[in-house]
Amino acid sequence: MSEDKDRDGFFDTGWRPSRDVHRDEDGRPHDHPGVREDVVLGVRASRALAMHELLVEKGVIGEGEVDEVIEAWSKRVPSNGATLVAKAWSDPEFRTRLLEHPKETVIENGFVPEHGADIIVLENTPEVQHMVVCTLCSCYPTQLLGPPPDWYKSFSYRSRAVTEPRAVMSEFGLELDEETEVRVVDSNSELRFLVIPRRPDGTDNWSDEQLATLVNRNSMIGVAAATEPGTD
Amino acid sequence: MSAAAVPKLEFSQGDRVHVKDMTPPNHHRTPWYIKGRRGVVLEFIGMYVNSETRAHGDSGMPELPMYRVEFEQTHLWFDYTESPSDKLWIDLYEHWLERDE
Repeated sequence: MSEDKDRDGFFDTGWRPSRDVHRDEDGRPHDHPGVREDVVLGVRASRALAMHELLVEKGVIGEGEVDEVIEAWSKRVPSNGATLVAKAWSDPEFRTRLLEHPKETVIENGFVPEHGADIIVLENTPEVQHMVVCTLCSCYPTQLLGPPPDWYKSFSYRSRAVTEPRAVMSEFGLELDEETEVRVVDSNSELRFLVIPRRPDGTDNWSDEQLATLVNRNSMIGVAAATEPGTD
Repeated sequence: MSAAAVPKLEFSQGDRVHVKDMTPPNHHRTPWYIKGRRGVVLEFIGMYVNSETRAHGDSGMPELPMYRVEFEQTHLWFDYTESPSDKLWIDLYEHWLERDE
């Protein structure tokens, strides 16, 4: 691609001989903490950095604000939800409180629901299997489960979860008895749903830490079972 | 949900309702597959900001009553064969519901 045909720099990968990069117009090397002068930035990364600098310079965002957001996202992981589920399995009082006052209990345990959204906790039993979908978009308890997986956001899951939930669960390795009632929960409003999967047999004397290792992300969406001991 | 005063509620647990079959031009979070369908109110779940006006730059106030409504899967999908006991739960604003006698 010759340069004159790429006026907007769309195809510009940013590759340059290192002596040639990341300088101001007057040729001075341009400092970014942690970035050495010889690192070659692509055109998009350069733009993002430039925009970031402008936003900070104009006072739209604080200097460390983007880093803080990235830091906050790095703490949104499925083990947050797993901690709560394991505790609910082992402590009946905690289980009751988590089911009856979910938002308060989540906050008490150090997790802050995103946008102040309400949290609802649903418990799976031999009689009832809850399975969560957001047919309109991708509503998801990110504070407890991390960012939603791609399949959760896919058109395929969002339509099949409501039309053939058992077929979907079966693809996740969960075969339910016909007597088990399936409740597909369409998360369409200001609420986020966390599912407590069934506790696997043979885990009676397990510690909360051990139990938490069985609580996989998909089981807290309700599409799969908790991990069976010894199969991880 | 907020601590906003709860007005006189139109529906209570166990009420048979159907979802209004309408498609207003504004943003709304009632998916097409339950429009016109009959369900049962499970519970009033609280007062929530009106996302239908908030999406268009409004404050979304006043908050509106929201209910969790249960539908039979076999009623939603005429070819549903997985199990006759299966249900669908969804949360809906009061103004989307109409009482069935």
